Amino acid sequence: MSQANDLSVRIEDSPEAPQVSLRGEVDLRTSPALRTQLLELVGRKPKRLIVDLSHVEYMDSSGVGTLVEIKRHTDRKSVRMVLVNPQARVRSLFEITRLEKFFLIASTIDEALTL
Amino acid sequence: MKPAIEWEIGSDPESLPAVREKLCAFARQCRWPEACTHDLALAVHEALTNVIRHGYGNVGGQPIRIRISKCVTTEGVEGIEVTIRDFGRQIDPASIRGRDLDEVRPGGLGVHIITQIMDSARYEPAEGGGMRLTMQKCPAKLVDPSSAST
Repeated sequence: MSQANDLSVRIEDSPEAPQVSLRGEVDLRTSPALRTQLLELVGRKPKRLIVDLSHVEYMDSSGVGTLVEIKRHTDRKSVRMVLVNPQARVRSLFEITRLEKFFLIASTIDEALTL
Repeated sequence: MKPAIEWEIGSDPESLPAVREKLCAFARQCRWPEACTHDLALAVHEALTNVIRHGYGNVGGQPIRIRISKCVTTEGVEGIEVTIRDFGRQIDPASIRGRDLDEVRPGGLGVHIITQIMDSARYEPAEGGGMRLTMQKCPAKLVDPSSAST
Protein backbone atom coordinates (compact mmCIF):
# COMPACT_ATOMS: atom_id res chain seq x y z
CA MET A 1 0.00 0.00 0.00
CA SER A 2 1.30 3.42 -0.86
CA GLN A 3 0.16 6.64 0.74
CA ALA A 4 0.29 10.20 -0.56
CA ASN A 5 -0.97 12.85 1.83
CA ASP A 6 -4.53 11.88 2.72
CA LEU A 7 -5.08 9.26 0.03
CA SER A 8 -4.16 5.63 0.39
CA VAL A 9 -3.94 3.54 -2.76
CA ARG A 10 -4.10 -0.24 -2.55
CA ILE A 11 -3.46 -2.17 -5.74
CA GLU A 12 -4.47 -5.79 -6.15
CA ASP A 13 -2.39 -6.60 -9.14
CA SER A 14 -3.67 -8.92 -11.81
CA PRO A 15 -2.58 -9.21 -15.45
CA GLU A 16 -6.17 -9.05 -16.69
CA ALA A 17 -8.01 -6.85 -14.21
CA PRO A 18 -5.98 -4.93 -11.63
CA GLN A 19 -8.09 -3.47 -8.84
CA VAL A 20 -7.19 -0.10 -7.36
CA SER A 21 -8.87 0.70 -4.05
CA LEU A 22 -8.75 4.31 -2.97
CA ARG A 23 -9.34 5.56 0.56
CA GLY A 24 -9.38 9.23 1.52
CA GLU A 25 -9.29 12.37 -0.59
CA VAL A 26 -8.60 12.66 -4.31
CA ASP A 27 -7.72 16.30 -4.83
CA LEU A 28 -5.07 18.74 -6.00
CA ARG A 29 -2.59 17.31 -3.49
CA THR A 30 -3.09 13.63 -4.15
CA SER A 31 -4.22 13.30 -7.76
CA PRO A 32 -0.77 13.74 -9.43
CA ALA A 33 0.63 10.65 -7.66
CA LEU A 34 -2.55 8.70 -8.35
CA ARG A 35 -2.35 9.65 -12.01
CA THR A 36 1.17 8.22 -12.23
CA GLN A 37 0.10 4.93 -10.61
CA LEU A 38 -2.95 4.52 -12.82
CA LEU A 39 -1.04 5.35 -16.00
CA GLU A 40 1.52 2.70 -15.09
CA LEU A 41 -1.24 0.12 -14.76
CA VAL A 42 -2.88 1.18 -18.03
CA GLY A 43 0.51 0.84 -19.75
CA ARG A 44 0.42 -2.91 -19.03
CA LYS A 45 -2.73 -3.13 -21.18
CA PRO A 46 -4.94 -5.25 -18.93
CA LYS A 47 -8.43 -6.13 -20.14
CA ARG A 48 -9.96 -4.07 -17.33
CA LEU A 49 -8.92 -1.46 -14.83
CA ILE A 50 -11.14 -1.40 -11.76
CA VAL A 51 -11.05 1.67 -9.54
CA ASP A 52 -12.92 1.25 -6.27
CA LEU A 53 -14.20 4.61 -5.04
CA SER A 54 -16.23 3.20 -2.11
CA HIS A 55 -13.99 4.88 0.45
CA VAL A 56 -13.28 8.16 -1.32
CA GLU A 57 -14.59 10.81 1.03
CA TYR A 58 -13.76 13.82 -1.07
CA MET A 59 -12.93 14.57 -4.69
CA ASP A 60 -12.31 17.86 -6.47
CA SER A 61 -11.97 18.88 -10.12
CA SER A 62 -8.33 17.71 -10.12
CA GLY A 63 -9.49 14.24 -9.12
CA VAL A 64 -12.24 14.21 -11.73
CA GLY A 65 -9.77 15.48 -14.33
CA THR A 66 -7.38 12.66 -13.48
CA LEU A 67 -10.11 10.05 -13.93
CA VAL A 68 -11.12 11.63 -17.26
CA GLU A 69 -7.53 11.51 -18.46
CA ILE A 70 -7.07 7.88 -17.39
CA LYS A 71 -10.37 6.92 -19.04
CA ARG A 72 -9.16 8.43 -22.30
CA HIS A 73 -5.93 6.44 -22.08
CA THR A 74 -7.84 3.23 -21.38
CA ASP A 75 -10.18 3.89 -24.30
CA ARG A 76 -7.21 4.32 -26.65
CA LYS A 77 -5.68 1.06 -25.43
CA SER A 78 -8.97 -0.87 -25.46
CA VAL A 79 -8.84 -1.28 -21.69
CA ARG A 80 -12.21 -1.24 -19.94
CA MET A 81 -12.05 1.16 -16.99
CA VAL A 82 -14.79 0.66 -14.41
CA LEU A 83 -15.40 2.84 -11.36
CA VAL A 84 -16.97 1.13 -8.37
CA ASN A 85 -19.49 2.50 -5.90
CA PRO A 86 -18.75 6.23 -5.78
CA GLN A 87 -20.32 7.81 -2.69
CA ALA A 88 -22.99 10.51 -2.84
CA ARG A 89 -20.55 13.43 -2.79
CA VAL A 90 -18.49 11.99 -5.62
CA ARG A 91 -21.60 11.07 -7.62
CA SER A 92 -22.82 14.61 -7.14
CA LEU A 93 -19.54 15.93 -8.56
CA PHE A 94 -19.89 13.62 -11.59
CA GLU A 95 -23.40 15.01 -12.10
CA ILE A 96 -22.34 18.65 -11.76
CA THR A 97 -19.63 18.08 -14.36
CA ARG A 98 -22.00 15.95 -16.47
CA LEU A 99 -19.63 12.99 -16.44
CA GLU A 100 -21.93 10.40 -14.88
CA LYS A 101 -22.59 8.92 -18.33
CA PHE A 102 -18.98 9.24 -19.48
CA PHE A 103 -17.70 6.84 -16.83
CA LEU A 104 -18.63 3.18 -16.60
CA ILE A 105 -19.86 2.78 -13.02
CA ALA A 106 -20.57 -0.46 -11.16
CA SER A 107 -22.10 -0.97 -7.73
CA THR A 108 -19.72 -3.73 -6.67
CA ILE A 109 -16.37 -5.22 -7.63
CA ASP A 110 -18.18 -8.36 -8.82
CA GLU A 111 -20.34 -6.28 -11.12
CA ALA A 112 -17.28 -4.40 -12.35
CA LEU A 113 -15.76 -7.70 -13.46
CA THR A 114 -18.77 -8.43 -15.67
CA LEU A 115 -19.54 -5.01 -17.19
CA MET B 1 -25.46 37.79 13.76
CA LYS B 2 -22.50 35.42 13.71
CA PRO B 3 -19.31 37.46 13.30
CA ALA B 4 -17.26 37.21 10.14
CA ILE B 5 -14.08 35.16 10.10
CA GLU B 6 -11.01 36.41 8.24
CA TRP B 7 -7.67 34.74 7.86
CA GLU B 8 -4.78 34.29 5.47
CA ILE B 9 -3.34 31.12 3.98
CA GLY B 10 -0.40 30.38 1.70
CA SER B 11 -0.94 29.36 -1.91
CA ASP B 12 -0.25 25.71 -1.14
CA PRO B 13 -2.56 22.75 -1.81
CA GLU B 14 -1.82 21.56 1.74
CA SER B 15 -3.70 24.61 3.04
CA LEU B 16 -6.99 23.54 1.49
CA PRO B 17 -8.29 20.84 3.88
CA ALA B 18 -8.11 23.24 6.84
CA VAL B 19 -10.06 25.86 4.87
CA ARG B 20 -12.75 23.30 4.11
CA GLU B 21 -12.97 22.34 7.78
CA LYS B 22 -13.35 25.97 8.81
CA LEU B 23 -16.05 26.58 6.22
CA CYS B 24 -17.96 23.46 7.18
CA ALA B 25 -17.84 24.43 10.86
CA PHE B 26 -19.17 27.90 10.02
CA ALA B 27 -21.99 26.54 7.84
CA ARG B 28 -23.00 23.95 10.45
CA GLN B 29 -23.20 26.68 13.07
CA CYS B 30 -25.53 28.48 10.67
CA ARG B 31 -27.65 25.26 10.64
CA TRP B 32 -26.90 24.43 7.05
CA PRO B 33 -27.73 20.89 5.90
CA GLU B 34 -24.73 18.66 5.30
CA ALA B 35 -25.08 18.47 1.49
CA CYS B 36 -25.13 22.28 1.14
CA THR B 37 -22.22 22.56 3.56
CA HIS B 38 -20.18 20.15 1.47
CA ASP B 39 -21.08 21.97 -1.76
CA LEU B 40 -20.00 25.31 -0.29
CA ALA B 41 -16.67 23.83 0.80
CA LEU B 42 -16.15 22.30 -2.65
CA ALA B 43 -16.84 25.61 -4.45
CA VAL B 44 -14.39 27.47 -2.22
CA HIS B 45 -11.82 24.69 -2.65
CA GLU B 46 -12.16 25.05 -6.44
CA ALA B 47 -11.81 28.83 -6.25
CA LEU B 48 -8.65 28.49 -4.15
CA THR B 49 -7.30 25.86 -6.52
CA ASN B 50 -7.75 28.32 -9.39
CA VAL B 51 -5.89 31.02 -7.44
CA ILE B 52 -3.00 28.63 -6.73
CA ARG B 53 -2.82 27.38 -10.32
CA HIS B 54 -3.65 30.43 -12.39
CA GLY B 55 -3.24 33.42 -10.08
CA TYR B 56 0.10 32.33 -8.67
CA GLY B 57 1.20 29.81 -11.33
CA ASN B 58 1.61 27.05 -8.71
CA VAL B 59 4.14 29.11 -6.75
CA GLY B 60 3.64 28.27 -3.08
CA GLY B 61 3.71 30.52 -0.04
CA GLN B 62 1.91 33.45 -1.65
CA PRO B 63 -0.84 35.17 0.34
CA ILE B 64 -4.53 34.44 -0.06
CA ARG B 65 -7.01 36.16 2.23
CA ILE B 66 -10.33 34.52 2.98
CA ARG B 67 -13.36 36.06 4.62
CA ILE B 68 -16.54 34.18 5.58
CA SER B 69 -19.62 35.97 6.80
CA LYS B 70 -23.36 35.66 6.94
CA CYS B 71 -25.14 37.77 4.37
CA VAL B 72 -28.58 38.68 3.13
CA THR B 73 -28.99 38.39 -0.62
CA THR B 74 -30.77 40.94 -2.80
CA GLU B 75 -33.80 38.62 -2.58
CA GLY B 76 -33.74 39.01 1.20
CA VAL B 77 -32.62 35.44 1.87
CA GLU B 78 -29.99 34.72 4.50
CA GLY B 79 -26.89 32.96 3.27
CA ILE B 80 -23.12 32.83 3.52
CA GLU B 81 -20.71 35.09 1.67
CA VAL B 82 -17.13 34.07 0.99
CA THR B 83 -14.54 36.52 -0.29
CA ILE B 84 -11.20 35.35 -1.64
CA ARG B 85 -8.53 37.98 -2.24
CA ASP B 86 -5.22 37.16 -3.89
CA PHE B 87 -2.26 39.24 -5.01
CA GLY B 88 -1.41 37.27 -8.11
CA ARG B 89 -2.01 37.81 -11.79
CA GLN B 90 -4.86 40.13 -12.73
CA ILE B 91 -7.14 38.97 -15.49
CA ASP B 92 -10.21 40.29 -17.22
CA PRO B 93 -13.23 39.00 -15.23
CA ALA B 94 -15.11 38.56 -18.51
CA SER B 95 -12.57 35.90 -19.51
CA ILE B 96 -13.38 33.75 -16.47
CA ARG B 97 -16.09 31.29 -17.41
CA GLY B 98 -16.72 27.58 -17.35
CA ARG B 99 -15.90 25.63 -20.46
CA ASP B 100 -18.25 23.74 -22.73
CA LEU B 101 -18.92 20.44 -20.97
CA ASP B 102 -19.87 18.70 -24.20
CA GLU B 103 -16.15 18.45 -24.85
CA VAL B 104 -14.99 15.84 -22.36
CA ARG B 105 -11.41 16.52 -21.31
CA PRO B 106 -9.45 16.95 -18.09
CA GLY B 107 -9.17 20.42 -16.61
CA GLY B 108 -11.19 23.61 -16.78
CA LEU B 109 -13.99 22.32 -14.56
CA GLY B 110 -13.39 24.51 -11.51
CA VAL B 111 -15.27 27.62 -12.67
CA HIS B 112 -18.16 25.47 -13.86
CA ILE B 113 -18.38 23.80 -10.43
CA ILE B 114 -18.31 27.19 -8.68
CA THR B 115 -21.09 28.66 -10.82
CA GLN B 116 -23.21 25.52 -10.50
CA ILE B 117 -22.97 25.47 -6.71
CA MET B 118 -22.97 29.13 -5.73
CA ASP B 119 -25.91 31.49 -6.18
CA SER B 120 -23.55 34.24 -7.26
CA ALA B 121 -19.83 34.59 -7.99
CA ARG B 122 -18.30 37.94 -8.88
CA TYR B 123 -14.68 38.34 -9.96
CA GLU B 124 -13.01 41.75 -9.95
CA PRO B 125 -9.48 43.09 -10.16
CA ALA B 126 -8.41 44.19 -6.68
CA GLU B 127 -6.79 47.49 -5.87
CA GLY B 128 -3.04 47.06 -5.55
CA GLY B 129 -3.02 43.95 -7.76
CA GLY B 130 -4.52 40.50 -7.72
CA MET B 131 -8.16 39.50 -7.87
CA ARG B 132 -11.12 39.45 -5.53
CA LEU B 133 -13.83 36.82 -5.81
CA THR B 134 -17.05 37.35 -3.87
CA MET B 135 -19.44 34.41 -3.72
CA GLN B 136 -22.79 33.96 -2.03
CA LYS B 137 -24.89 30.89 -1.40
CA CYS B 138 -28.16 30.32 0.40
CA PRO B 139 -29.14 26.85 1.57
CA ALA B 140 -32.40 25.40 0.28
CA LYS B 141 -33.48 24.95 3.91
CA LEU B 142 -31.96 25.01 7.38
CA VAL B 143 -31.53 22.11 9.76
CA ASP B 144 -34.19 22.03 12.47
CA PRO B 145 -32.33 22.87 15.73
CA SER B 146 -34.31 20.22 17.60
CA SER B 147 -32.95 17.53 15.26
CA ALA B 148 -29.40 18.90 14.97
CA SER B 149 -26.77 16.82 16.71
CA THR B 150 -24.57 19.80 17.60
